[in-house]
Amino acid sequence: MRLLEPIRWIGRGAAAVAAGAGRTAAFAGSVARAATEVRTWLPELGRQARRIGVDSLPIALFIALFTGIVLALQSSYAFTGAVPLYFVGTLVGKTIILELGPVLTGLVLAGRVGANIAAEIGTMRVTEQVDALEMLAYDPLAYLAVPRVTAGLLTFPIVVAFAIGIGVVAGWATSIGLLDLSSQEFVRGLRMFYRPFDLQYALIKSASFGVVVTGVGCLFGYTTSGGAEGVGRATTRAVVVACMTILVLDAFWAMVLL
Amino acid sequence: MIRLEGLEKAFGDLRVLDGFSLQVETGETVAVIGRSGVGKSVLLKHVAGLMQPDGGEVWVGEERVDGASRADVNRVRLEMGYVFQFAALFDSMTVAQNVGLALRRHGIPEGEIPERTRASLDRVGLAGWEDRYPAELSGGMRKRAGVARAVAPRPRYLLYDEPTSGLDPVTTSMIDELVVALKEDLKATSIVVTHDLRSASRVADRIALLREGRVAWMGTAAEIRETDDRAVRAFVEGRRELWPGD
Repeated sequence: MRLLEPIRWIGRGAAAVAAGAGRTAAFAGSVARAATEVRTWLPELGRQARRIGVDSLPIALFIALFTGIVLALQSSYAFTGAVPLYFVGTLVGKTIILELGPVLTGLVLAGRVGANIAAEIGTMRVTEQVDALEMLAYDPLAYLAVPRVTAGLLTFPIVVAFAIGIGVVAGWATSIGLLDLSSQEFVRGLRMFYRPFDLQYALIKSASFGVVVTGVGCLFGYTTSGGAEGVGRATTRAVVVACMTILVLDAFWAMVLL
Repeated sequence: MIRLEGLEKAFGDLRVLDGFSLQVETGETVAVIGRSGVGKSVLLKHVAGLMQPDGGEVWVGEERVDGASRADVNRVRLEMGYVFQFAALFDSMTVAQNVGLALRRHGIPEGEIPERTRASLDRVGLAGWEDRYPAELSGGMRKRAGVARAVAPRPRYLLYDEPTSGLDPVTTSMIDELVVALKEDLKATSIVVTHDLRSASRVADRIALLREGRVAWMGTAAEIRETDDRAVRAFVEGRRELWPGD
């Protein structure tokens, strides 16, 4: 009987994953249906775009600033004596645009935005505010989920674009200030392997991260039960699941688009 | 008229409603009393279509609520006001915005909303508190704001979930008077769920005792004082030893 235990364990795990995937698909379908109630979610969109996008700029830019500095210093350290130093510009540009700009920003916003959404909607659920919306004949998903997910889709690429800009500028400033590299050399390296598609790739990834972070926050918040403890649990799960999904999506886009 | 026929609801092994039937006539107020955790709020959520029964039927006017589509249930909800146990005001909105949201959904012209909001808040004694957020209000004020939001669109049906629980006697009396005044003004068909017998006696035309998932006793406020029913006596006199099964 003990021999069968691992198989049972795997079976239970697979069943739980399948059930979770089913619930997620059903929730996504409900949100998509709710998107047809434009008059309900459109007035909320601006407020959510400000909270999710504009308010996230300081933390996203702070992280991008130091990522750019560290990348320039570390690549210079790695290249010394082996690779021409102007490749610092190449590495800073490519790494920030293709990977670190979107992914680091996505992970940080999973904590900031995803947790915020899950906690807010979860609290609304356990204090019957979601029921109150239903009693006013609003579709709660149209009022709560659609504007947040739409705001995530629209604002994440903008936040990431600013983060990429700051990261590259920080790498440039570090190179000319602290390394034996001129501005022209840095820009030469930066432009050497740059393709316009790099930026498109980053923005596509960022938009998908925006949908994941906000959508997962809404899902876990909306299905919260069990009072304050339930809200805490939902918030933690939202952040963990959003972070994991971002990394899986990152690999997916690399396989599909590159 | 609100009509509930043979309602059944279970959560796992726990049977909360077990053949519950009740008819509330048009313009009538019925109070449903019962011990805590007996399923009074669950009952109210079935009337509002917030929960689906395992069996039985829920009728509000000519509309059957259980199993109806979202659009059909929403049509009923637009004629219904629901006062939640803990008010369920939207935290991110001011008191006036809470009331205004309800009015806007009912198609009230934008220009009339501020005046209607003010009138509704005035009625519950919250004039001057329009710009405060729910977190800045006391429990009693939040309840009154919840009442203002529910009644602002002048609904035909009103559902009150423990409107006086946790309030001091003076505020309780104020809420009771408000419920009676609204009944007279709106001629609404109402269900008040409460475990406060004094409050039930003040506001209701009839009182129903919910026990073991069904109506165990029903009568007027005068009749409840005279009945020999053990469960009612236990409830009225607060004598646990009389409660059947305890």
